[in-house]
Amino acid sequence: MKEQLEKLRQAAMDAVAQSDDLQALENARVRFLGKKGEITSILKQMGKLSPEERPVMGQMANAVRQAVEESIAAAAEELKKRQQEMKLKAETIDVTLPGEKQPEGHRHPLEIVLNEVKDIFIGMGFQIADGPEVEWDYYNFEALNIPEGHPARDTQDTFYITEKMLLRTQTSPVQIRYMENHKPPIRMIAPGRVFRSDPVDATHSPLFHQIEGLVVDKNITMADLKGNLLTLAKKLYGENTEIRLRPHHFPFTEPSCEIDVSCFRCGGKGCPMCKNEGWIEILGAGMVHPKVLERGGIDPEEYSGFAFGLGVERLAMFRFSVDDMRLYYENDARFLGQF
Amino acid sequence: MDLSRRWLSDYVDISEISDKEFADKITLSGSKVESWAVEGEELKNIVVGKVLSLERHPDSDHMWITTVDVGKAAPLQIVTGAQNLTVGDFVPVALDDSVVHGGKEIRKGTLRGVESAGMLCSVAELGVSTHDFPYAIEDGIFILGEDCNRTPGTDIRTAIGLTDTVTEFEITPNRPDCLSILGLARETAVTFDKELKYPEIKYSTIGEDVRDYLKNVTIQAPDKCYRYAGAVVKNVRIKPSPLFIRERLRACGVRPINNIVDITNFVMLEYGQPMHAFDLRYLQGGEVIVRNAREGEHITTLDDTDRALSPEMLVIADTEKPVAVAGIMGGEYSGIMDDTSTIVFESACFNGVSVRKTAKKLGMRTEASGRYEKGLDSDGCLTSLRRALSLVALLDAGDIVDGVIDVYPSPKKQTVIDFCPDWVNNFIGINVSADEQKKILEDLEFKVEDGKIYVPSFRGDVEHKADISEEIARFYGFDKISTRPLSGACTGGFNEAQKFQNLIHARCVSLGLTEVKTYSFISPKAYDKICLPEGSAYRNSIVISNPLGEDTSVMRTTALPCMMDVVSRNYNNRNLSESFYELATVYIPQGENALPLEKKTLVLAEYGETKSFFTLKGKVEAIFAEAGVTEYDVAPLTTAASYHPGRTARITAAGKELAVIGELHPDVLSNYGIGAKVWAAQIDFDLLYSLKNTLRLYKPLPKHPAMQRDLAFVCDKSEPVGKLEKMIAAAAGDILEKIELFDVYEGIQVGPLKKSVAFSLTFRAKDRTLTDAETDAAVKNAIQALAAIGAILRQ
Repeated sequence: MKEQLEKLRQAAMDAVAQSDDLQALENARVRFLGKKGEITSILKQMGKLSPEERPVMGQMANAVRQAVEESIAAAAEELKKRQQEMKLKAETIDVTLPGEKQPEGHRHPLEIVLNEVKDIFIGMGFQIADGPEVEWDYYNFEALNIPEGHPARDTQDTFYITEKMLLRTQTSPVQIRYMENHKPPIRMIAPGRVFRSDPVDATHSPLFHQIEGLVVDKNITMADLKGNLLTLAKKLYGENTEIRLRPHHFPFTEPSCEIDVSCFRCGGKGCPMCKNEGWIEILGAGMVHPKVLERGGIDPEEYSGFAFGLGVERLAMFRFSVDDMRLYYENDARFLGQF
Repeated sequence: MDLSRRWLSDYVDISEISDKEFADKITLSGSKVESWAVEGEELKNIVVGKVLSLERHPDSDHMWITTVDVGKAAPLQIVTGAQNLTVGDFVPVALDDSVVHGGKEIRKGTLRGVESAGMLCSVAELGVSTHDFPYAIEDGIFILGEDCNRTPGTDIRTAIGLTDTVTEFEITPNRPDCLSILGLARETAVTFDKELKYPEIKYSTIGEDVRDYLKNVTIQAPDKCYRYAGAVVKNVRIKPSPLFIRERLRACGVRPINNIVDITNFVMLEYGQPMHAFDLRYLQGGEVIVRNAREGEHITTLDDTDRALSPEMLVIADTEKPVAVAGIMGGEYSGIMDDTSTIVFESACFNGVSVRKTAKKLGMRTEASGRYEKGLDSDGCLTSLRRALSLVALLDAGDIVDGVIDVYPSPKKQTVIDFCPDWVNNFIGINVSADEQKKILEDLEFKVEDGKIYVPSFRGDVEHKADISEEIARFYGFDKISTRPLSGACTGGFNEAQKFQNLIHARCVSLGLTEVKTYSFISPKAYDKICLPEGSAYRNSIVISNPLGEDTSVMRTTALPCMMDVVSRNYNNRNLSESFYELATVYIPQGENALPLEKKTLVLAEYGETKSFFTLKGKVEAIFAEAGVTEYDVAPLTTAASYHPGRTARITAAGKELAVIGELHPDVLSNYGIGAKVWAAQIDFDLLYSLKNTLRLYKPLPKHPAMQRDLAFVCDKSEPVGKLEKMIAAAAGDILEKIELFDVYEGIQVGPLKKSVAFSLTFRAKDRTLTDAETDAAVKNAIQALAAIGAILRQ
């Protein structure tokens, strides 16, 4: 019987080894381990053995059964794996085929840049304000220390609706409107559309976008102006960016300056981008003129402030290397889709 | 403003300062340099030569063979076609491998068999003109005059004085004093801590009295003419100015004419004060009357143009007629002619606004008007006049009659400001001692005394201590001010409305819509293009009184035309299929005494093969869902003129029109030259915002199973599906969780004028598992409800 068992074990092992699909393996299992299987039959014959032989043979028979079971299980695992491999191989696709086209929407490049600036200022505790685009002469000029007769009011530059109503030429009137409704400390930016009667060309548009900024508090000085706008420059153009203030003139700030950033293309060495100057002008700023604070209902003896203005088109021009302003308003999908 | 370095050097010593350093530092102290260039920089290898011999070319009837001494051991042989040479002349010689004006390169060569070692040059070939060298001729070789350095071999630029550096400044409108050599010299002196020397004013008169010639000066409009000063020069000797005048004018971009005209221009550039010279012969009655023009009066100005004057314009007149438009341009007879013998020099100060308005109305801006517009210093008139007279003396241009007439009805009051160095330090954030501040101010010719600052008359821009702080800061150096981050806490961030806008923008982009930005102004014809009916309220727009053109002349009341322009441009640029949106502002007039209502409208448009009314409607629904707006009605809209009457919907919410969605009317498409179908939606963004509900509260996930029933009904083709949906929802009751349309069929199987509409209904109760009976009862109710309008369940 011992020999018989050994033979069966060998036969079963061979049968398992020869099974090259799951069905053959199942057939082998039934043949040896099924209810009427050959190993099962042997086990059924245990009763006929002497009590001495029974435990010995029983142990042996069980060992054979277990070995065969394990071998079948292992073979089944192996076959399944192989079968899956074949299936996967058959399912091979050309992964270099293009992906399926997804609906693609884009923000306008001017908005992308504007959002970047908003994000920077919100991080510094600024609120976002807005004001009317069709504005009173008072807010656009008079309250900003641009009295009747000032060259900036010339109708060459301003679109008028009536003598008193106009299209705002700058976002600065929002300064006055904001001060009328808010007490210091004030930190706000006011982005928006402005209008000037410049015919359309590569660098002019009768409509463009500005971002006004205003900070009013006790003891605000030009050092705060420099610090704040240096932070803006670094966030926009990188940690190594430097700024340079050049004295300038705006009627509503005093002192006034234009602010240049070290050229973000060449780092200040000089290149076509900065016209070999190493500096690029990005904004105008200054200490809020005491008369303007007064117009906003704020006591200039107690408070001081600074204000600044940025051109969004110009920022976007630098950000995206756009060399023609008209592209922003032509809205060709081939242009808009690039951002 | 172009500045001649040579001229500047007459008053400030900048010999040790390079052009670049000058440009950099003067920019940082407040006078912005746009660019600078050295005269004659392009000229290369051109020297002075002396003509030694002159012979006819054997093979040419017009060329000459010359030998020229160019300061080298041997003279050069040069062939020239010019006819104005004489032996002994000094001429510019472009040697072999030289460059003349315009970048043209000159090399030695052979002309009709005769070798030529270079070229003799004309004035034009050196980049100058016969105005700069009045003794030269245009059509010939430049024969150097005695005012040139005529040593053979001398570089031609040195020889003729073409060596100046011209610096172009951008002067801000508050600083008309810097539109002058002396103004910039003052800034230069303070910037580089140098001494400023003023020009010497010195002349003697021939006696007599100015009033023997110029009998009277009357200012009839003192609000427009603050001061009028005049002097008389007789026996005028008109001739070219000397080189020092000509080269300075040339560098500043002014063409030399003759000594008298040049003197007026020279003084204008030097002092910033426009001057005018009248021929006394043409001053009827020998009087100057400064008055408003009379109704219907005309003047022919120096540029030979007849101009109609109007009463708000200021003129300089004699007893009969206007002889000049004040501060802008003289009349035809006021000019200096070859036979002019007695002249009146005018140095006056006019109201800037009046000059600007007149210049604009007449359409002529001149060098003088550009200066007056900015508001000149009335105190400076007399000095400028005396400077002109001293130049007359220096140039021997005539005999100066004794005395000046100076009418100055109300002399300017000096501005006085408290001297508060501490305030300045605190305001700027610097620490500059009172003494240092005083020095800066005094160098700028302010007087500081007893705690007061007395502002010089030419600094009309300084009127407040903040202005003083700027003077201190810019000469102390903006770069030396420290840098300090903002201190103290402030709450920043978007407000509710801004957050909502951000949300909707993000949703639009995620729906595949691309944002466009269009002009706020449109042509009134745009309303016709979108077929708005005559009399539509939308045609009432804010009108720009001085538009650039009709295309941008009214403020839009609807953004649809702007969107159609964008679609049209893209369609015509062969962009086959696009989806756009714009969150646009429209401007609704509220009368003259109120600003217009600025409303926000969200405009969507799409076109292309895969697009349809329903793709766009799906986007609109998604936007509403994002806004949390779920309660709205959709109904056909047949009366929107821009849209297809059978393919347009109006969406109403809270009793108001929230949106219109539709296929554009074929007439509109044809007006925009679009050969494809376009769908557009206009959403009232302000209304959407007021209806928004962006609060999201968690709803427990269903615990009990749902039951589903599919039902198809046959009804009249004209029956809107939306109505069926609503009736089913109402009849099926609370346990109806969801109703979804899955098929609409028209065809022979349902018969003509009929359609089959199939819905999938999902039923669920929150608190229990529904029984078949409950669901069947709900379905039955729905079927009965629809039967009432003739929609029969399809078996």
